[in-house]
Amino acid sequence: MAKLRFHIRYPEEKIPEPILYEIGHEYKVVTSIRRADVRETTGWLDVEFTGEPDEIERAIGGLRQKGCIVDPIELNVVE
Amino acid sequence: MPKMQALSCRECGKEYPTRDLHVCELCFGPLEVKYDYEAIKGRISRAKIESGPYSLWRYHDLLPVEGEPTVGLYAGFTPLIRARNLGAFLGIDELYLKNDCVNHPTLSFKDRVVAVALTRARELGFETVACASTGNLANSVAAHAAAAGMQCYVFIPGDLEAAKILGNLIYRPNVVEVEGTYDDVNRLCSEIAGEHRWAFVNINIRPYYAEGSKTLAFETVEQLGWRAPDQVVIPMASGSLLTKIWKGLKEFEKLGLLDHVPTKLNGAQAEGCSPIATAYRQGRDFFKPVKPQTIAKSLAIGNPADGYYALKATAESKGAMETVTDDEIVDAIKLLAQTEGIFAETAGGVTIGVLRKLVKQGVIRRNDVTVAYITGNGLKTQEAVIDAVGRPIRIQPSLTHFTKTFGLKEGA
Repeated sequence: MAKLRFHIRYPEEKIPEPILYEIGHEYKVVTSIRRADVRETTGWLDVEFTGEPDEIERAIGGLRQKGCIVDPIELNVVE
Repeated sequence: MPKMQALSCRECGKEYPTRDLHVCELCFGPLEVKYDYEAIKGRISRAKIESGPYSLWRYHDLLPVEGEPTVGLYAGFTPLIRARNLGAFLGIDELYLKNDCVNHPTLSFKDRVVAVALTRARELGFETVACASTGNLANSVAAHAAAAGMQCYVFIPGDLEAAKILGNLIYRPNVVEVEGTYDDVNRLCSEIAGEHRWAFVNINIRPYYAEGSKTLAFETVEQLGWRAPDQVVIPMASGSLLTKIWKGLKEFEKLGLLDHVPTKLNGAQAEGCSPIATAYRQGRDFFKPVKPQTIAKSLAIGNPADGYYALKATAESKGAMETVTDDEIVDAIKLLAQTEGIFAETAGGVTIGVLRKLVKQGVIRRNDVTVAYITGNGLKTQEAVIDAVGRPIRIQPSLTHFTKTFGLKEGA
């Protein structure tokens, strides 16, 4: 089992959708939200994913397909 | 008494030992060094600083290392130049340029943060250092690692131009081209930092690394005769530099080295990558990530780690943020070179371009003591101006032709 931390940003039009709930059902991953800011015009979550590494990869792919931007918790580190 | 008390979460305040940690285990907020200012106050003074080495280590009492510095001993203490020509052109009576184009050893402000990061990394027992970078950071880490005899890994995206890699290869680090995008490099480096006992300067050593930027504020104050400027213009990539300049000014005030801080922070970004400046101008306290598209590659961070904190610090100082187009960046590089004889890289063009706009808008006024931060050397980004500087004037090897070409009188 692996634990990986991500910063997930929702596109504005997807804010009302229960995206993380859906991901938890579609893939074998456990999600733990540690910090979040969801408003009418923006939505981001800092989340820990627990699961098999390949399954976490698929879940991240699923989030991206739903239009989310997924970055490591450190955000952009290429300086 | 140790000067470093803990690493403290910038969000929830939870404290951790001063090890190689960078994210709060509880809320995933970023960690920052927390100092014992009472202890520092008892041993720091203007006189002590003035008698220190001519490097950033004269501010050792406010830097996150325990022992004597061992890496980057000559970084920092770059010139603060009174820019009379540029000031006259723009309409500012007292304009200064903090010139990190001549920082040692790799000609950018990154030499400051890397000197601190590698000194701390050694204290923590690391033998291998690493970074993810496309330019100045990679240069600095590779050079400092070579001098310190440390193993070095530099991660770059697979599609980077060859010329940019050369500046790193000369120091013989392990340059790792990752097949994929910037996002893929981000992700991989984050995972490697979690797996290997390496000092990734801008990941697991970031709380220490970032503190090196404070020295730009310290030097500015000291070189201005122990006063803080009214206005500063700072280029923004991750936003860390701006927040740390603010922290440095506030620390000097807290320790009684400055009477007060009237300084307004002004953040500068390229229009093609301006998540922080756009949010600020729209009055938002959050930013939206962007895909960078600008010649100012050293500022091209689309999802900046310290963006939120840069917005907060700028608002606290009642400052401003502005952007410039690529054409305006090139114009500003030329303006700086032709008025002050300083050839800055594209980030310097962003700073001077924004300075120019803020003066025009009346945000920076004629009698404001103003400092602009020039963070890197133009010799590194010559491609940005290659089509904008004209050609040499070609003549035949004859005095007559020469005098005729320039309309000179013979013997005059």
